[in-house]
Amino acid sequence: MATSQTPHASPYIVDESTEGVPSFEASGGDWSQIAEEAARLGEERIVVNMGPQHPSTHGVLRLMLEIDGETVTEARCGIGYLHTGIEKNMEYRTWVQGPTFCTRMDYLANMFQETAYCLAVEKLLGITDDIPERATVIRVMMMELQRVSSHLVCLATGGNELGATTIMTVGFTAREEILRIFELITGLRMNMAYVRPGGVAQDIPPGALDTVREAIPVIKDYIRQLGDLMLANPIYKGRTVGVGHLGLSGCMALGITGPVLRSAGLPYDVRKADPYCGYETYDFEVPTSTDADSYSRTVLRMEECYQSLRIVEQAADRLQAMGAGPVMVADKKIAWPAQLAIGSDGMGNSLDHIKEIMGTSMEALIHHFKLVTEGFRVPAGQVFQTVEHPRGELGVHLVSDGGTRPYRAHFRDPSFNNLQAVSLMCEGGQVADVVVAVAALDPVLGGVDR
Amino acid sequence: MSETPKDQHVTGDTASAQAGASQVAKDTAAGLKGTPVVGTESRETPQKATETAQEGAGQNLPAPAGPATPQLEIIAVREGMFGAGDGGDTSGFGGLVRTIAMPGPSERPYGGWFDEVVDILAEVLGEGGTPFDAAIEKVVVDREELTLYVRREHVVTVCRALRDDQDLRFELGLGVSGVHYPFDTGRELHAVYQLRSITHGRALRLEVAVSETDPHIPSSVAVYPGHDWHERETWDFFGIVFDGHPGLARIEMPDDWPGHPQRKDYPLGGIPVEYKGASIPPPDERRSYS
Repeated sequence: MATSQTPHASPYIVDESTEGVPSFEASGGDWSQIAEEAARLGEERIVVNMGPQHPSTHGVLRLMLEIDGETVTEARCGIGYLHTGIEKNMEYRTWVQGPTFCTRMDYLANMFQETAYCLAVEKLLGITDDIPERATVIRVMMMELQRVSSHLVCLATGGNELGATTIMTVGFTAREEILRIFELITGLRMNMAYVRPGGVAQDIPPGALDTVREAIPVIKDYIRQLGDLMLANPIYKGRTVGVGHLGLSGCMALGITGPVLRSAGLPYDVRKADPYCGYETYDFEVPTSTDADSYSRTVLRMEECYQSLRIVEQAADRLQAMGAGPVMVADKKIAWPAQLAIGSDGMGNSLDHIKEIMGTSMEALIHHFKLVTEGFRVPAGQVFQTVEHPRGELGVHLVSDGGTRPYRAHFRDPSFNNLQAVSLMCEGGQVADVVVAVAALDPVLGGVDR
Repeated sequence: MSETPKDQHVTGDTASAQAGASQVAKDTAAGLKGTPVVGTESRETPQKATETAQEGAGQNLPAPAGPATPQLEIIAVREGMFGAGDGGDTSGFGGLVRTIAMPGPSERPYGGWFDEVVDILAEVLGEGGTPFDAAIEKVVVDREELTLYVRREHVVTVCRALRDDQDLRFELGLGVSGVHYPFDTGRELHAVYQLRSITHGRALRLEVAVSETDPHIPSSVAVYPGHDWHERETWDFFGIVFDGHPGLARIEMPDDWPGHPQRKDYPLGGIPVEYKGASIPPPDERRSYS
């Protein structure tokens, strides 16, 4: 209590107002040294720990801010709170089991991890050109829907972190439309593991294209509502215009990609720069801005949603035009032996396939068993495949030793890389602007930590 | 795909002879790699090592397919069918010996823009006083991707040349990652750098191999500041020390974590089962298709 005999960092405050009030002291080796150092320098240093469990840090992100009044003088990120060793896990699963793991990395952009991984496996196998056209178009449609849903969450949570609850509810309601489509097509709303090496898990069900077409105007209407709520809102503009500035040179130095780079004026988009899945055949634009602030990133994300919906429309038209067809590579040594189908007990292998392997063909049963338990072998070598993720350039580095499992799977997650910009965007600004800047980076910690 | 080493997998009954031969090759390679003096070495060195290995094991190899036979980079030799060393392999394939080899150095022409980039890089490095052969161990073109194997002391010079020359201009560093080859003696740890040129629409990969006993590589953060966290991650997971990094601390694992979890020999731990002291073995000790 007040008359402690133990060594202490600094004398407790004695003035009239504290008389009779119990006081407590913090003492200890490290703290005394820090306090003495601070006293010697004669300056007040306040380090604020924000997160990892903070509603405004966009996930389990920890920010260490050194502040002087309301000004942030130093900002550092602490990450790793969501590290689950997904890359290590993938080394002990077959190539086909990989999508189940990597889909859980960035949990708002599942399709992109799955597709990037599968494109990399296909490149290792040398079957890139053998993937059925229908599977590729389905991948494109699903990825672009996912991009819209991811951007909607970014806008929604970004608004919520500023206290604008309506922005959040509108954004999440709009996303629900897309999750409903995912549930219809894949059976799951998130973590779908729908894209598989060689194609996709199953064809789109009858009527799915109509559902997609009906949903597009609804989603557009929600985005328009978000625009009405945000883009001319004086409070929103006051919080975001000129905040979290990061120019082109800063972006290039730090390897920042995605909407943050495009807000600095460079129209770099992997879909245009290094097309995959036939993106060069779709008609869409890459919106840019030169303001390089949080507000321009909001505008860009909305514009990208409209562009993605354009691609979805084109993909739906192509699927309609091409009619039914295979969605898995023809090579029986690679293709999953059965397509999935809804049975009386839920989703599973199609009944026709079960009848064939259990009733008529012993060889088909053996083949099924070997391919499911052992998996296929992938010739030794390494590849790097990138796709345009909602947050930037997602890269997959896959190494094979010729075995049935990846020797090494590394994901260059754009959130992980982009978070390095927090210091540059926040230092010198206000504490409240840190929230805005981080929201405009849109990190998803599942992808950051993997 | 064309240079897959699958056809080089060896089966035979003289497992020890082959393992011994490749060990000699590894020792030779390790001895050469350990020498800091460069300049006299050229990128034939690993090629020679591989040749020695293949000659030594020649009795088990199929007849060479002609001058176009790709040189392979042997990284491991595995025995049996299920990777189980406990004698429990009753499949009849216990004597199977397989050589695990990565695609080896490529011959010119590399194809596409690869030749142009390699030529310009050689010129830029030469102007800077670094002979190409001293900096680059070998050039590998596989699956339409270009990989330059860089000797570690020159990695920053190579990065700077690739970034700054206007005809190369790989201005975007997409990160650093690691791969662990525990049986590639003297070159166990590989750091892999992915670079992209937005200006020219190109991408290439740099690879630097170091030994576990001396896992030091100069940091590329001065050239690509965005590699900061990637190098920290590679240190965290693989234990590669990036000399000159501004703050090489763990990033994903807790600060006081012992060991580097992405290494292949990192213990994974089994799961105890409440049945007569049994336990489920960790995944790397279970039987699996090797």
